[in-house]
Amino acid sequence: MINFNEVLETNKMIEKENLDVRTITLGISLLDCISSNLEELNQNIYDKITMVAKDLVATGKKIERQFGIPVVNKRISVTPIAMIGASACKTPKDFVTIAQTLDKAAHTVGVNFIGGYSALVSKGMTSSERLLIESIPEALAVTERVCSSVNVGSTKTGINMDAVKLLGQIVLDTAEYTKERDSLGCAKLVIFCNAPDDNPFMAGAFHGVTEADAIINVGVSGPGVVKTALENVRGEEFGVLCETIKKTAFKITRVGQLVAMEASKMLNIPFGIVDLSLAPTPAVGDSVAEILQEIGLEYPGAPGTTAALALLNDSVKKGGVMASSYVGGLSGAFIPVSEDQGMIDAVRAGCLTLEKLEAMTCVCSVGLDMIAIPGDTLATTISGIIADEMAIGMINQKTTAVRLIPVIGKKVGDVAEFGGLLGYAPIMPVNNFSCDNFVNRGGRIPAPIHSFKN
Amino acid sequence: MKKTIITVVGHDCVGIIAKVCTYLADNKINILDISQTIVSGFFNMMMIVDTNESSKDFSQLADELEQIGKEIGVVIKAQREDIFDMMHHL
Repeated sequence: MINFNEVLETNKMIEKENLDVRTITLGISLLDCISSNLEELNQNIYDKITMVAKDLVATGKKIERQFGIPVVNKRISVTPIAMIGASACKTPKDFVTIAQTLDKAAHTVGVNFIGGYSALVSKGMTSSERLLIESIPEALAVTERVCSSVNVGSTKTGINMDAVKLLGQIVLDTAEYTKERDSLGCAKLVIFCNAPDDNPFMAGAFHGVTEADAIINVGVSGPGVVKTALENVRGEEFGVLCETIKKTAFKITRVGQLVAMEASKMLNIPFGIVDLSLAPTPAVGDSVAEILQEIGLEYPGAPGTTAALALLNDSVKKGGVMASSYVGGLSGAFIPVSEDQGMIDAVRAGCLTLEKLEAMTCVCSVGLDMIAIPGDTLATTISGIIADEMAIGMINQKTTAVRLIPVIGKKVGDVAEFGGLLGYAPIMPVNNFSCDNFVNRGGRIPAPIHSFKN
Repeated sequence: MKKTIITVVGHDCVGIIAKVCTYLADNKINILDISQTIVSGFFNMMMIVDTNESSKDFSQLADELEQIGKEIGVVIKAQREDIFDMMHHL
């Protein structure tokens, strides 16, 4: 029988420590929408999304009411559009019409983001994949809710450096197209190595071709809950610290499992995975940086940060895997700068640099996330930063990603405002020594030796 | 049996339990367990109830209980027991 203290504990987590279900993401396959006629393709896509997802938002609200826990976002991910539009799209403009269709469908069903305006080019690019990538700047400027991602490398294939070079320029162009809004377009574009097929979190979510026709993936989040739990073990040794994180992660993940099962039942769509990530928001008390501070750092970025993040990430996974039957997606701690007040403070204090963030991405999920850099940064420099991050993912057999925002017209020390969940960010300095000759080589970095496991 | 947890938190005053119990009785909701305490001047109550016989759907019950809470100046939440069970019990 449930006792009083358990009820109080759960409700305290929800009311005071920002425990919430961050997203219920409905993955929808668009493979059966393919047509060589662009108009027909757009109609098929709109019809399928609005049919499959018609009850998604209402279901999220119902779950919220029944369990008394906020379900913050209801979202959709679709099959990478480069594949879906391959036979109908002859120009980047053709692809932009699909982005507009996705945006329209997202508005109709009431979701705040739709992911999957994507291309998977880890080994090579087809002509349609190149067209899609070239259409990204315009697509993200003329739509509101569409998110884009490009997978440019994997442990199995190496890194497609032609794509990395191209994307340096695409990131800048995307910034230019949305310069009136602090280059907001770049906040909706993620470049991946080892991108997962079932990630529920934006902007990098897409519905992989290995997935079923439709699937429910859930991301829970509770950095505030972990932080509060750690306040009770101040000064204790690391064993106690890790045990506390594990227990808390278990409880948080159980909620995700419950919500995923319930959403799956209500929508009659199979349950895919629970993503164990600790995802911060700009709200006070909803910060991964504050957990690192509670572990014992003055600010994230101080010596010890990488070790602290490593133990946090590992303990979250250990606690989470037992709580859910299927764990997937990104699963770890997110360290976006603009979406985490503690990270912003650390940058402002001069404690956290781009290079330290890069080191941190070796031991946590995702990568260089929501980092604002000067708008006059060279395309090759951006490509160089992407290549570094992809190499970390490739060699360590993990997902890494880059979501950089070169804010046009702003320089180091200025602030970029993105609004809402995307937050705001101080512009960080970039190492401007040239990597032109490296990036311009072109071709592909071969897969690492430890990828040969057959 | 579908069980629901009702929690009532707020300043103590006369008739809180009476109000809530009357509503539950009117809606054929059976109370299985009640515990109640005062923590630093705050009234805290938890009820485990069975809503199987009630003709109203969950959202309506939760909304109406919330409304009663507002009338008497306390916060009343109704939640399905699964969330607590999943989180705290293996």
